[in-house]
This record gives sequence, structure tokens and C-alpha cells, in this order.
Amino acid sequence: MSGTAAGVDARLPIRSDLDLVWVRQHVRQAAAAVGFGLVEQTKLVTAASELARNTLVYGGGGEVTTERVSDGRAAHGLRLTFTDRGPGIPDLEKALSDGYTSGDGLGLGLGGARRLVHEFAIDSTPGSGTTVTVTSWATRPPRPREELR
Amino acid sequence: MNHELPRAAAAPVPVLRLGDVLLITLQGDLHDGTAEQLQRDIAESIVRSRVTGVVIDISGVEIIDSYLGRVLAEIAAGSRLLAARTVVAGMRPAVAITLVELGLTLPGLRTALSTEAALELLAEPADRPHREPR
Repeated sequence: MSGTAAGVDARLPIRSDLDLVWVRQHVRQAAAAVGFGLVEQTKLVTAASELARNTLVYGGGGEVTTERVSDGRAAHGLRLTFTDRGPGIPDLEKALSDGYTSGDGLGLGLGGARRLVHEFAIDSTPGSGTTVTVTSWATRPPRPREELR
Repeated sequence: MNHELPRAAAAPVPVLRLGDVLLITLQGDLHDGTAEQLQRDIAESIVRSRVTGVVIDISGVEIIDSYLGRVLAEIAAGSRLLAARTVVAGMRPAVAITLVELGLTLPGLRTALSTEAALELLAEPADRPHREPR
């Protein structure tokens, strides 16, 4: 299965920095199709860009699947699942903290992406890969405002 | 939305000279390689054209992630070493909101709301003492 311009559900490869452009473009279109406002679209596309880059740089490439989700009532959202078969992350707590990087980045990737989405889950096994799943809702559930750093 | 992004994204970004200033207009979605090439092109153009300012118009940029943010900060830092000042102009509100939440506030980057305002900023004397926020 591959992405279409109009579709929301898709599976896209992350093998090169050109693929990052495709991922951003697809997530933007999918978020708009699900009904996200401009700011929430921008946050989700930015999170997708950070996570896809992690998949490429640290995971050695992989893929992302995008799917429309529903809470069974009125809320609709978009779930993105990034999967790689790379070396995995030995210390998740550390990897999620700002400033931590095993590469030459700013270390904002994981922690930054987590702040930009409503739900964030990470599953990593050293030696066999990492899966990051994020979900945002077009109608945002109430949540306490985090302190601005 | 531009549906021919990959082709457009792979093309180099034009660097225009406007008097003492280089003007760069970023559009759409930037390929990583394009951003790095732009960084080199700007540094070389500053030296070749002896300009004292660089304006980067990002009003057509829909997202800035930590990679592109870092490239912009590095362009500004590199220009400073080459005796030129950089102003990033026209950031979209949604991009600014997202950058703050991402944790990327780019404190070293000078910004203006439009290219016109950026050119006015660069026309001010460079040695004016910087006002620190209180």
C-alpha cells in the first residue's frame, strides 16, 4: 500500500531525506482531511518531520504508517507509527530529555515531538528496533498547560 | 499547496543581491540537501559580493523543524563571522507557535515581520548597543 494525495491511511518508506519531504507533505494533507486547524496541522507535521528524521538517521531507515482514528464519539484524529529495525534506544528516559542526542542534532527530536502531539508512545528494544506511535485529535481534549521553559 | 514539491525541493534556492543585502526567499518544503547548499551559497555570496546583510524571507515556509531551525541559526552565525547581519523575515504564526513548543526559540536569530521591515532593520547602524530585555 502506498499513499495517495487524497487518502489519509498510508504506509510511506523513510529511506532518504527526499522521503522526509513526502512524509511531511502526506501528513499535512492527511491532517487537513481529518479536520485539523492550521496550528495543529503545523505541530503534527513538525512532529512527523522530527520522528521521520530519527527513523532515518538513528534507525537506519524504516517506514511510517498513517491512519485515521476515532474515539467512537465525535472526535477524529490522526495516528502516525514510525518503525525502524535499527539499534534501538538503550535509555528511553534519557533519550526523551531535551538536549540529549547520540548524533549531531540539537537533541530536541523525541522530547520536542512529544510536546507537539496529544499522545506519545515509544517501544524500543536494543538490537531490534524502535517504534514510535503518536496521535493527535482534530478536536483537542483539555489538558493542563505545561510550564514554558 | 504545491504538489510538485520533490522537483522544486531539489532545485537550489536563488540568492539575490539587493544593494548591500542578500535576499533569499524560501518556498514550500525544503529538502535537507537544499538547505545545506543554501548555507554554502550564502557564505560564498557574502564574501564575493561584499554585502553586509542577509534577509531570509520564510513567509512561504509551512514548517520549520529542528533541522531547518539549526540551519537558519548556523547561516546567521556564519554570516556574523563574515561581517554580515542576518534577519529572518515573515515567519508564519503557526510556525512560531510550533517552534516554541518544540523547544527551539533560536535566541541568536534576528527576526522581522516582513522583508521590508528586515531591510529597515539592516539599514540601522550595526554598532548600536543591543538592548537587553529586562
